[in-house]
Amino acid sequence: MKKFINDPADVVVEALQGVALAHPDRLRVDLERQLVLRVGGPVPGKVGLLSGGGAGHEPLHSGFVGPGMLDAACCGQVFTSPVPDQILAAAIAVDAGAGVLQIVKNYTGDVLNFEMAAELAEGEGVRVRTVLVADDVAVEDSLFTAGRRGVGATVLVEKIVGAAAEDGLDLDACTALGEQVAGASRSMGIALGSCTVPAAGRPTVDLGPDEIEIGVGIHGEPGRRRQALAPARELAAQLVEPVVEDLELRRGERALVFLNGLGGTPQLELYLMFHEVHRQLKERGVDVVRSLVGSFLTSLDMAGCSLTLLRPDEPMLRWWDAPVDTPALRW
Amino acid sequence: MADLTAFQAWVAQSARSIGEHAAHLTDLDRAIGDGDHGANMERGFTASARLAEDEQFSGIDTYLKKVGMTLVSTVGGASGPLYGTFFLRLAGPLSASDDAGARELSQALRAGVEGIVARGKAERGDKTMYDAFAPALAAFEEAAHTGRTIQECLDQAARAAEEGRDATEPMVARKGRASYLGERSAGHVDPGASSAALVLRAAAQTLA
Repeated sequence: MKKFINDPADVVVEALQGVALAHPDRLRVDLERQLVLRVGGPVPGKVGLLSGGGAGHEPLHSGFVGPGMLDAACCGQVFTSPVPDQILAAAIAVDAGAGVLQIVKNYTGDVLNFEMAAELAEGEGVRVRTVLVADDVAVEDSLFTAGRRGVGATVLVEKIVGAAAEDGLDLDACTALGEQVAGASRSMGIALGSCTVPAAGRPTVDLGPDEIEIGVGIHGEPGRRRQALAPARELAAQLVEPVVEDLELRRGERALVFLNGLGGTPQLELYLMFHEVHRQLKERGVDVVRSLVGSFLTSLDMAGCSLTLLRPDEPMLRWWDAPVDTPALRW
Repeated sequence: MADLTAFQAWVAQSARSIGEHAAHLTDLDRAIGDGDHGANMERGFTASARLAEDEQFSGIDTYLKKVGMTLVSTVGGASGPLYGTFFLRLAGPLSASDDAGARELSQALRAGVEGIVARGKAERGDKTMYDAFAPALAAFEEAAHTGRTIQECLDQAARAAEEGRDATEPMVARKGRASYLGERSAGHVDPGASSAALVLRAAAQTLA
């Protein structure tokens, strides 16, 4: 393992010290609780938007704190959810009386910790609602599983609901919007190589030199299958087809396309893949009305990408276009 | 009978045992999860074991509640809320007791395991820690019902937990991160059931 670390146990706190030093004008960092907060918050009358999860997915969530997006991010240990008292502290910090919306990825650890935190916050008189993101089509949903994993759509929910909250929508409206965006989004990813968790010191997944994982999870969890590496156009098809079919995107419909790098893949390859995705969507008669290409939800140093498609309505597009001013997303 | 000192010895022994097996727990978790169960559990139980050195406790219940909150606050992942809830709920039936007998321990164990079910909504066969906790509870209750000593009850519970742990190997996970593997989760012992068996074995070594 070759990584820029001092001690694996200190990776998250030392990174947060860097975040604090790099963005003193826009972010306030609580090192003890591992919280990243918006400077000048909470904003009176505005719903407080809160998210979080394991570290290792940066810029998600800490890079999306700022006007037009999140009010706070809770950082857990690497790939481990934050804990309830940490989330509770964030909820109290961002509540301006209008309540708090938690955006949670559907992973059992995240769900349980945010659920406990919400119970504690209600006990403190803070109104809390939760939007659960579960957009990964790689693993089948059924009555017997914990449901689909929450992945790329989290970025879209945070951006769109972030703008709506800034616009003054109340807690119930923000919750409903978040559920609509999550419900209208689907994702799937491909890993070309494994990530390496600093504390483990060796790759999570044993992928052969010419082997790839189709439908990989954001912690390196297996997806649908392993297969041999193939040209980009074939790999793009293996993402486009299942996502389009699950979303039931028909000819003549519109899509917001988010092509995400998993941490170890350069922009050159991401844009090449975006070209393939765009071409294949066009062949299917799908109109790409907005796009986002880059590494926004990473899995440490994993090489690979994920594709997220959203079927947007007019309000979603308006809030997508609304100004955002965070370290990782700005327009 | 088990007094406050015995419960503190239980937590200390759990911390030692989990520390010794941390690498193994992490390896099990690498196979079907994301490879951090050992490190997370070690962090939480080490912090919990330290409580007895740093603080004075007035009763078994206040101590177990503090252990529960410490686990919730330090473990993270799904295991933090689940183990934390287990210890928080254990405290309830022991609130009036300075020295718990088999009957009180049986009630406490039931409350703790029911807490895990309420929080995690797991069922037998889902390939989770509940597959170790559920048979342990049943074995303890049966032994207590037939008038066995606390030591015998705890020994049978620990053995049942270990059998429950081993029985998770062929199962297909239906909860937690391992569920995303589907059929590919079969053939590996569940890390949560493994840590549960260690905690219950530690109980048999200290609580009687």
